[in-house]
Amino acid sequence: MKLKYPKNGKFGEFGGRYIPETLVPAVEELEEAYLKYKDDTEFKKELRYYLTQYAGRPTPLYLAKNLTEFAGGAKIYLKREDLLHGGAHKINNTLGQGLLAKRMKKKRIIAETGAGQHGVATAMACSALGLHGEVYMGYKDTQRQKLNVFRMNLLGSKVHPVKEGTQTLKDAINEAIRDWITNVKTTYYLLGSAVGPHPYPVMVRDFQSVIGNEILVQMKELEKKSPDSVVACVGGGSNAIGTFYPLIDEDTKMFGIEAGGEGIKSGHHSATLVGGSKGILHGMLTYLLQDKEGQISETHSISAGLDYPGVGPEHSYLKDAKRVKYDAVNDKEAVEAFLLLSKHEGIIPALESAHAIAYAIKIAKNMPKSESIVVTLSGRGDKDVEEVGRYLSKNVKNKK
Amino acid sequence: MSRIKSKFQDLKSKNQKALIAYIMAGFPNEKGTLSAVRGLVKGGADIIELGMPFSDPLADGPVIQNAGFHALQKGMNFEKFLVLVKKIRKETDIPLVLMTYTNLLYRQGYEKFISTVKKVGIDGLILPDMSVDESKDFLQAAKKHKMDTIFLISPNTSSERIKKIAGVSSGFLYLVSVFGTTGGQQQFQDYTTHAIKNAKKILDSKIPLGVGFGVSNPDQVRFIIKSGADAIIVGSAFLRLIENAPSEKIEGKIESFTKSLKKATISE
Repeated sequence: MKLKYPKNGKFGEFGGRYIPETLVPAVEELEEAYLKYKDDTEFKKELRYYLTQYAGRPTPLYLAKNLTEFAGGAKIYLKREDLLHGGAHKINNTLGQGLLAKRMKKKRIIAETGAGQHGVATAMACSALGLHGEVYMGYKDTQRQKLNVFRMNLLGSKVHPVKEGTQTLKDAINEAIRDWITNVKTTYYLLGSAVGPHPYPVMVRDFQSVIGNEILVQMKELEKKSPDSVVACVGGGSNAIGTFYPLIDEDTKMFGIEAGGEGIKSGHHSATLVGGSKGILHGMLTYLLQDKEGQISETHSISAGLDYPGVGPEHSYLKDAKRVKYDAVNDKEAVEAFLLLSKHEGIIPALESAHAIAYAIKIAKNMPKSESIVVTLSGRGDKDVEEVGRYLSKNVKNKK
Repeated sequence: MSRIKSKFQDLKSKNQKALIAYIMAGFPNEKGTLSAVRGLVKGGADIIELGMPFSDPLADGPVIQNAGFHALQKGMNFEKFLVLVKKIRKETDIPLVLMTYTNLLYRQGYEKFISTVKKVGIDGLILPDMSVDESKDFLQAAKKHKMDTIFLISPNTSSERIKKIAGVSSGFLYLVSVFGTTGGQQQFQDYTTHAIKNAKKILDSKIPLGVGFGVSNPDQVRFIIKSGADAIIVGSAFLRLIENAPSEKIEGKIESFTKSLKKATISE
């Protein structure tokens, strides 16, 4: 079941390259460079250096005692990606791709961002590696994540607000692709999730697999076995695939948690694998949220980072192969988990990661105390404090 | 023989080049699209490309994006598109090409979509995000229903790949003139001329070469034709005209603009 490198760019029927012809030479050049450097000793050494000395790897695997007690079942471990430089797992990928771009002699880097975490991680990598960064961000997202816009500017990258379409992540990706088509010779597109045309999904997965690889080593030290279950949130799905992939051949149950928004039945959600259907968007065949004619739906989630109508093609493959169970957690449950983890463990999780926490608490209750769950805490929640405040005041008002 | 193929043969016998016009179905509304079609036919356009709007048109620049967005807002959908094409077909036999994005076909199933649009009178399909590498099922369905498949090439497409793409193309081959999305209005550079000449050499007159993206006035039409193209494709310029014209003026304005472009395709 473990697909080391997708044949013809495909994970089963998913993935591929549905792209304008202008981009074909660019993705071919990228794939060639990636294959050349991914196992190159010097490249790996340099990436390792930046991951440890700059980003702060390895990250701890923390036994959340209070949360475990609260749930009253299996032990809950937190993989602390929130402690990385910048506050999210995104830096694992931006350093990897940034170093690759340098070897490809591309100095201009473009990226898309939803909540701003990938934008910030791109801006940091560009600054550290001497590259020029420009980030596309939906106008709505620039308004709800002003702090991250300011951070990107401070870090020396330019932010382009996107006023087309729904003004969120998918439109930022559209606009980044348009820029890439226009400036294809000079520009490297640094995609932030395990989505897009081949080889992006496999490349981003490989750069994020450091998460799952560390979990495996750390759990063998702490519990003398691989985890019984792992839980990660899924938007595009980069932290989840980085968590799952190294564990695919282990005896580990896997759960990918999508954003249920206001509930799957309401239609206001971003749970692509739970409530979607197969289609083609952003260069890949994958599960999508779309109407019966194939127009892409507007999505909703309290967390901007999960607010995306597609999902990485390898997740679609793992869903159909039934290796990973995908489920959804709604806004309300995610906010409750956000508050719970803050209060019980002194850790403010990103709203994205709070979806995974909420689910882990649910399943822990029904598991014996001898078993262990690892939750990937993909990012820290400082960026979400205002959003949660707004949510709480709105819902308190509604109750009155 | 397909309408597109016989159109090119007819033009060849008259020693003329083709003017292909793109408009968006349902922009500014259904009536406006019909007026625009009448103007195009009267003005002497040879082939009409009808855009079917998609929510995420990543190969399109602001003008076509905006037209598609408004068409969708006004309720354009597959049913209405079919009705519109039927109405057009009552008035004219001009070759009609449908331009949209792959997901709209994939969602219904390639075969179902293609057979349905073929029945109402669509002659060919252009899908900017359908790569030759992913086209097996699509081609099979198109072949079965005798639908022309117009693929795109770009100035950075290798000669080897141009051959491969030409091999699965029918009707004509679409060369994207510039690095960019639709509707740019920059000066053409040498690389465009080189790309046209190179493609013509490789195609060896086996299939006509159409050139589009960023062509918006008679001077540019002459330049592209002089470089060796068999057809010129103009889109965003028509949409800008439609956008700015009161509805009763659309037909007349389109007609006179079409005439000026068609004239430029005919060498003095």
